[in-house]
Amino acid sequence: MEDMYREMILDHAKNGHNWGLLENPDFDHAEDNPLCGDHLQLTLTIDADGIIRKVGWDGDGCAISQASASMLGDELVGMSMDEARKLDKQIVLDMIGIPLTINRVKCATLSLKTLIVGALGQKQWEKIEDEE
Amino acid sequence: MNKPTLPYDVEAIRADFPILQQAHHDDVPLVFLDNAASSQKPNLVIDGMTNYYRTSHANVHRGIYQLSEQATQLYEDARKKVRDFIHASSHREIIYTRGTTEGINLVAMTWGRKNLGVGDVVLSTAMAHHSNIVPWQILAEEKGFMLKFVPILDNGTLDMEAYRQLLEDNSVKLVTVVHSSNVLGTINPIKEMAHLAHEQGALILIDGAQSVPHMPVNVQDLDCDFFAFSGHKMLGPTGIGILYGKRDILDDMPPYMGGGDMIARVTLEGSTWNDLPYKFEAGTPSIAPAIGLGLAVDYLSSIGMDKIHQHEQIMTEYALDRLAEVAGLTVYGPPSTQKGAVAAFTINGAHAHDVAQVLDSYGIAVRAGHHCAMPLHQLLNVNATARASFYLYNTLEEIDMLAETLEKVKDKLIF
Repeated sequence: MEDMYREMILDHAKNGHNWGLLENPDFDHAEDNPLCGDHLQLTLTIDADGIIRKVGWDGDGCAISQASASMLGDELVGMSMDEARKLDKQIVLDMIGIPLTINRVKCATLSLKTLIVGALGQKQWEKIEDEE
Repeated sequence: MNKPTLPYDVEAIRADFPILQQAHHDDVPLVFLDNAASSQKPNLVIDGMTNYYRTSHANVHRGIYQLSEQATQLYEDARKKVRDFIHASSHREIIYTRGTTEGINLVAMTWGRKNLGVGDVVLSTAMAHHSNIVPWQILAEEKGFMLKFVPILDNGTLDMEAYRQLLEDNSVKLVTVVHSSNVLGTINPIKEMAHLAHEQGALILIDGAQSVPHMPVNVQDLDCDFFAFSGHKMLGPTGIGILYGKRDILDDMPPYMGGGDMIARVTLEGSTWNDLPYKFEAGTPSIAPAIGLGLAVDYLSSIGMDKIHQHEQIMTEYALDRLAEVAGLTVYGPPSTQKGAVAAFTINGAHAHDVAQVLDSYGIAVRAGHHCAMPLHQLLNVNATARASFYLYNTLEEIDMLAETLEKVKDKLIF
């Protein structure tokens, strides 16, 4: 159980990297997790080559959801949007790095959900979420 | 009469159902032939639900503690069992309801209220259960569309020529039809009906209350848009049922009831809806019954729906032969080859209620009345029928007892 709040997760949750929304973003989308009441808004600036240059997010939620936004943000900087669109939920679960129960998976994947729904729509997200 | 061979050991199945071991009226064994109304439950379902309450109960989708996680896992696993059982493409297409009736009402109140209006037609059938007539009558009064019915031929099957003609005027928006009639037993040609409905741009809703418990069902192969059924007729508990819907159609539908679990975000100014299937599942659901339904699916699958269907076809054929030997008795519906495990009948000179009452005194449980299909009984020109309906645990000897006891019933009731 201590695992769920291991130092790295708490550090990301308390001192979220890339925290704060960007001005004039090229991507701007928000999603909710009704279970915990988590809310996450993700903004990105994307250069002419389709590379993500800056990530900025704002959110309110549990340590798992906030840490996952912070960790995913780190991953996204420098990544092309084409690559980002192909991310699956395993990447987020691996970043969190601890086994999650059925209700907590939704917290951990909220950041990815925000990215995918904003980029590709709800249906594509459901496809990723339903992978067993 | 020579007895046919059954596909599995019925006695071994019966041993799993505690209620079938009980004596009734002190000393007569129970012959339970009212399965179309509700089925009995195996130990797997009874013990599984009890065990859930003893060890794993908490509310689902909410708690972060271990019990809630366990309950959520069991509840969602059951949904996936149902998805596989009816061959839906995603668990998001499996909506928990209270039963078939609620499933049909859900479609009427959401899809129907959004999409039906003056000039439109909803096409039901003359063999429909009240649950597939009344919700449409209520909505028709509100929205001003017309409700029409496909007639029945003398042999108890749908008039498919009339169906084609009714579809032709292009105003039919929804066909809503029973898969297997709860009175006549008629198994309707759903796949063909779905194809014809789709050709005219209409959707099709199937009342599968009497089919899913008794035969293999593949909703994708049938290509139906909605499919509703009940848990309690398929060895599961009461209070749980399923509405299957094609995902694109469900996505476009407004929610059903408002409340907890069906929202994404609520403010005092307005709300947004949760993802499928939760958009249609407001409030704390029937958790233990859902888990029980999953266990019922496990039980049925362990025997195999093909074998259960085969067992029932043999039973039905045998029952129709035995009942034909009872003078003055009329069975309604098509021949056994086109029929589910149901025999609704009348006896000249004896009212169905009296027949059922006397049968009960011999331990035989059948239903009597109009079986929630009054329009069909008006068409058959009878005010009530007695109905024997069979399931996987019934035996040929029980059918013998029914036929033999009906002779005693006649002696008692007809002078």
